[in-house]
Amino acid sequence: MTTAQANTAEALGLQQRSSSPRARLLTLPAVVLLLLWSVLPLIVTLWFSFRRYNLMNPGHTGFDGLGNYRYLFSDPGLGMAVWNTVLLLGSVLVITIGVGTLIALLLDQEFYGRGFARVLMLAPFFVMPTVSALLWKNMMMHPDNGFLAFLMRSVGLKPIDWFAVAPLTSIIIIVSWEWLPFAVLTLLTAIQSLDAERKEAARMDGAGPIAMFRYIIWPHLGRAVAATTMIETIFILGIFAEIYVTSSGGPGFASTNLSFLIYRYVLMEYDIGGAAVAGLLAIVLANVLAFFLLRSFARNLDT
Amino acid sequence: MATVDLQQLRKTYNSVEIIKGIDLTVRDQELTVFVGPSGCGKSTLLRMIAGLEEITSGELLIDGQRVNEVPAAKRGLALVFQSYALYPHMTVAENMSFSLKLAGVSKAEREAKVMEAARILHLEPLLDRKPKELSGGQRQRVAIGRAIVRHPRLFLFDEPLSNLDAALRVRMRQELTKLHRELKATMIYVTHDQVEAMTMADRIVVLQAGVVEQVGTPMELYQHPKNLFVAGFIGSPRMNFLTAIVVSVSDARVALELTDGTVIHASLPASAVSVGHTITLGIRPEHIRLSATGSIGAQVQLVERLGSESYVYVQANSGEVLTVRVSGEVNVAPEEKVRLAPDSDFLHLFDAIGQRIS
Ligand SMILES: Nc1ncnc2c1ncn2[C@@H]1O[C@H](COP(=O)(O)OP(=O)(O)OP(=O)(O)O)[C@@H](O)[C@H]1O
Ligand SMILES: [Mg+2]
Repeated sequence: MTTAQANTAEALGLQQRSSSPRARLLTLPAVVLLLLWSVLPLIVTLWFSFRRYNLMNPGHTGFDGLGNYRYLFSDPGLGMAVWNTVLLLGSVLVITIGVGTLIALLLDQEFYGRGFARVLMLAPFFVMPTVSALLWKNMMMHPDNGFLAFLMRSVGLKPIDWFAVAPLTSIIIIVSWEWLPFAVLTLLTAIQSLDAERKEAARMDGAGPIAMFRYIIWPHLGRAVAATTMIETIFILGIFAEIYVTSSGGPGFASTNLSFLIYRYVLMEYDIGGAAVAGLLAIVLANVLAFFLLRSFARNLDT
Repeated sequence: MATVDLQQLRKTYNSVEIIKGIDLTVRDQELTVFVGPSGCGKSTLLRMIAGLEEITSGELLIDGQRVNEVPAAKRGLALVFQSYALYPHMTVAENMSFSLKLAGVSKAEREAKVMEAARILHLEPLLDRKPKELSGGQRQRVAIGRAIVRHPRLFLFDEPLSNLDAALRVRMRQELTKLHRELKATMIYVTHDQVEAMTMADRIVVLQAGVVEQVGTPMELYQHPKNLFVAGFIGSPRMNFLTAIVVSVSDARVALELTDGTVIHASLPASAVSVGHTITLGIRPEHIRLSATGSIGAQVQLVERLGSESYVYVQANSGEVLTVRVSGEVNVAPEEKVRLAPDSDFLHLFDAIGQRIS
């Protein structure tokens, strides 16, 4: 059989399979469930985004046209929130993958107590976001009692009030701390899956530690970095608890990201319509980011 | 161009000695093969020479200079791995020129050297491909090319053909031998396949459990194995072994009695053995004939016909199972009683501790 024939046969086979009414019937529950699960909330959100609907004013409903959109896009908080979301995501990705690679390289070396060090390294991952944020707020970054303040005082510096002076930076530090173990775990696994003979071949070829990292280890980490970026992106776009228990999005909008902005609309201003528009915007942003990420990594995943 | 001297080389892993004091000289421009059963320490020894494995004690000299502490990259050798260990994200050309790039060689010179190696190995059309787009044999050639571009003093190979199919293995074997001749390079080649060793080597080193059993040319090992281990390891099919007792010694001839009472005569200087000694008699399958007048009685168990030759597996009356090689067709059937005539010029005698008597 030629390739062309094989292809046609395959196409026919596929057609047969998908056009069989019984097969369609069997996939129906899954399709319906998927629709209910993902499309329905989207439709409801779309619906509300065109409605005038404020919980403080429940009698005053009805269609508002693009009113919610106009209102949101004139809100100075929106630009801040989008920018903060992107900045938070970008910084955490760079920190966790950069520092994570270094730590993974260290943990890959032979040293006494390596197993214990690995367990310690992973520990932060098991702390709930709310708890770790509170830990950082009250034990590390507190301007009077915090450990960082203690350190600064002991070298003669004036302690800083982290959440007043650098709220977004503080949140970036906390979220990075939470996600570093995950990055280390995936990167360490990838480093250990590198063929030992390949490293030895590079050693014979004259590669020192830096050349070894640059030409052998880093290219090998491509997939792991892609996977880590993807997964972290999904979770970090929607960071909420860390902001809620520390800075509450302030001062002003300095540490408000999109998901916190939505919360502000709903529970501080009771504006369901406005929140719906912000939600739609979050979806658009996530999709744009996902598109670029997938595209830039699709190339990597190929090799 | 190099000679390598090993002096009492030892390697210990967690207090287990793997390499047990090896003395050896690898001569300039020769292809030396390390051969031995799995786990005997061939790879470990090669990696010690390469500098990938620390030397526990002893001296390693290359061209007369002690290199125990010289790092792998500075020893001027190239190692071809069993798994090829190519860099998957680099093209064939980049794989081959990686060491030159690290050494700071100019781009033009790098290209020239890669082209030269590619010509020798017929890799020119593949230079822009990635390793995953190559067949096993082609990958093997790239791995060899990576070694050639460095112009090393010494080439090291660790079972480079074991991942290839039988036909390709034979071809690569010939290509490697040819390459060795063309490059006039010194090579050490590790294998557990005694056929590879016999066909490729200028000199074979037989290893067992971390010690050298014998060093010699393929024919020396075939004709004068120093002990039972080498006798059994070199040659295919394996040498046959029979237990016997010396019953009489006259000048240059001894009479040996097998366990069933059969008496066989062998030529041997009289001083080597005395009456009453138990010895092992070794006969290669190609040195036994099926003959009605033969001295050893036996029963056929199995016949393998390969066309050009046949192997007859028989059980001697003394109990041992023997292999007889017959050229061409043979007309015996299982269960049949036959008589065997060993060629008395090709008998190998080993004493009670397995050392050759001569
Ligand atoms: N890193 C190590 N730690 C402990 N023991 C080791 C180590 N590497 C090898 N050995 C032991 O050393 C012995 C020799 O190993 P080596 O790899 O040299 O065998 P080999 O002759 O190359 O065998 P093969 O033909 O199977 O490749 C083996 O018994 C092995 O278990
Ligand atoms: Mg080996």
